Amino acid sequence: MDGLDASVPTISPYRPLSASVATFGALMWSGFRRYATYRQATLAGSFTNIVFGFLRCYVLLAVAAGAAGGLAGGYDRRQLATFVWVGQGLLNVVGIWGWNDLAERIRTGDIAADLLRPVPPVTAYLAADLGRSGYQMLTRFAPPVIVGALVFPLVAPSRWQTVPLFAASVSLAVIGSFGCRYLVNATAYWLGDARGPLMFWTLGSGVLAGLFFPLRLLPEWLTITLWVATPIPGLLQTPLDVLVERDGPALQAGLVALQAIWAVIMVALASLVQRRAERKLVVQGG
Amino acid sequence: MDKARPYGALIAGRFRSATAYRASFAVELITNAGGTAVDVSTVFVLFHTAKVVGGFTLGEALMMTGLTASGFVLADLTVGNVDQLKTYVRMGTLDAVLVRPLAVLPQLVIADLPLRKLMRFVVGLAVLIVAIAANDITWTPGKVILLVTAPLAGAVFFGSIFVLSASLAFWWVESGEVGAAFTYGGRDFTSYPITVYGGWFRAIFAYGLGFGFVSYHPALTLLGRADPLGLPAWAGYLSPLVALVAAGIAGLVWRTGVRHYRSTGS
Repeated sequence: MDGLDASVPTISPYRPLSASVATFGALMWSGFRRYATYRQATLAGSFTNIVFGFLRCYVLLAVAAGAAGGLAGGYDRRQLATFVWVGQGLLNVVGIWGWNDLAERIRTGDIAADLLRPVPPVTAYLAADLGRSGYQMLTRFAPPVIVGALVFPLVAPSRWQTVPLFAASVSLAVIGSFGCRYLVNATAYWLGDARGPLMFWTLGSGVLAGLFFPLRLLPEWLTITLWVATPIPGLLQTPLDVLVERDGPALQAGLVALQAIWAVIMVALASLVQRRAERKLVVQGG
Repeated sequence: MDKARPYGALIAGRFRSATAYRASFAVELITNAGGTAVDVSTVFVLFHTAKVVGGFTLGEALMMTGLTASGFVLADLTVGNVDQLKTYVRMGTLDAVLVRPLAVLPQLVIADLPLRKLMRFVVGLAVLIVAIAANDITWTPGKVILLVTAPLAGAVFFGSIFVLSASLAFWWVESGEVGAAFTYGGRDFTSYPITVYGGWFRAIFAYGLGFGFVSYHPALTLLGRADPLGLPAWAGYLSPLVALVAAGIAGLVWRTGVRHYRSTGS
């Protein structure tokens, strides 16, 4: 079998860079269009985001009202309200939940078709996920933020660098979240079905990303441990803390740097796991 | 007995399919216990930050969380699976359910193995027991009856909400996550004293939809506290009545929905 492997010739051998950029762009666009098909689901999802925005916002504001100095976890009322509503807006952009495409394709054996394509699966799914998040950013971000701003006093950034940092942080959150989800889905290569791990992820990621309450409400040692030792706070808590300027400029930038490191690690891990899986994979289905 | 046999066969089938991938199933079981634990620990974290939230202490709030947790889990355990209806309607697979000589709702309910959610109920009950221990309650026969009926009424109420929000799919196939706003949203709403919520939002959820009678009013009665919002003490005893009304509406909407169902035609 010397010299034989499963690799496929490059599409455009003379202009590899522009070809791969074009391929990546086309895959992104397909991800964008796929989600753009479900307009009513977008509407339904926004409604739910808004209801949960009210629920979480009222509870956290009541906590701040009962806390010493009116500060809960170092946030004032306006920062808390912004945290909650922008958090609801970002939830679907980051897309922590609800992605089981890869696990389903592994379970049914469709993954065999993905492995034949000239683009590595991690790259292809990442491109589609970036397209998806682009669509969600255009449609799902604004409704909760607008409703929140109409009913509650929100806080606007006071430093110029907060806006680019927030944009960078959201992009990194999407990439980090993709890496995590890919790994959770990839357990199906070994378990046959990823339902259990996906449920575990849904539960753990919500609370550890700061969706249910800001992580700063936890004891400080625990918050720092979570931040440094896991990628999950980078999925939601970091962009939100950056936006509401919870910390000074240095720590604000530092959090984004930490988030970037974790995003790179997670995507690298996803590629590694994918390569290991390809070596042992027995395709299911028939 | 003959009527129950097909259901028994269906449940046994589901059991085999759910346990087919063992490692995955084991993770599911553990995660389910963790689900309620996370909700409850959120309450602890919030009360760690503020000793009094919405005029209530942790012990008092736990009474509401405990009533909600046990009631919600009972509902989720029994009819929670009905929220898959939107998938059945969209794919047209509801046809297979309709042609069988069995009732539609029970078939959907057991279309997934609910046993894995049993762990959650244990956690929910534990919270209720802790809440009873944490508060100094002067017991009367009425309160003992209320303590038993409130979680059951809560279960009937949440079950009705599950069926109602699932029925939405009969008319609006892509209703997607809207149902979650009322099922899981309702659970979150009733996990805290409703005094924390603002004006019209509270009015809609607590009194318009009836969530106020799931845990808040029964808990006030059990604790012997007057309602800061002004409802009389007997409001706590209304929870079974509210649950029955909700169940009646849910039953009606469900029947209308099943008749309204048109297959995908594929």
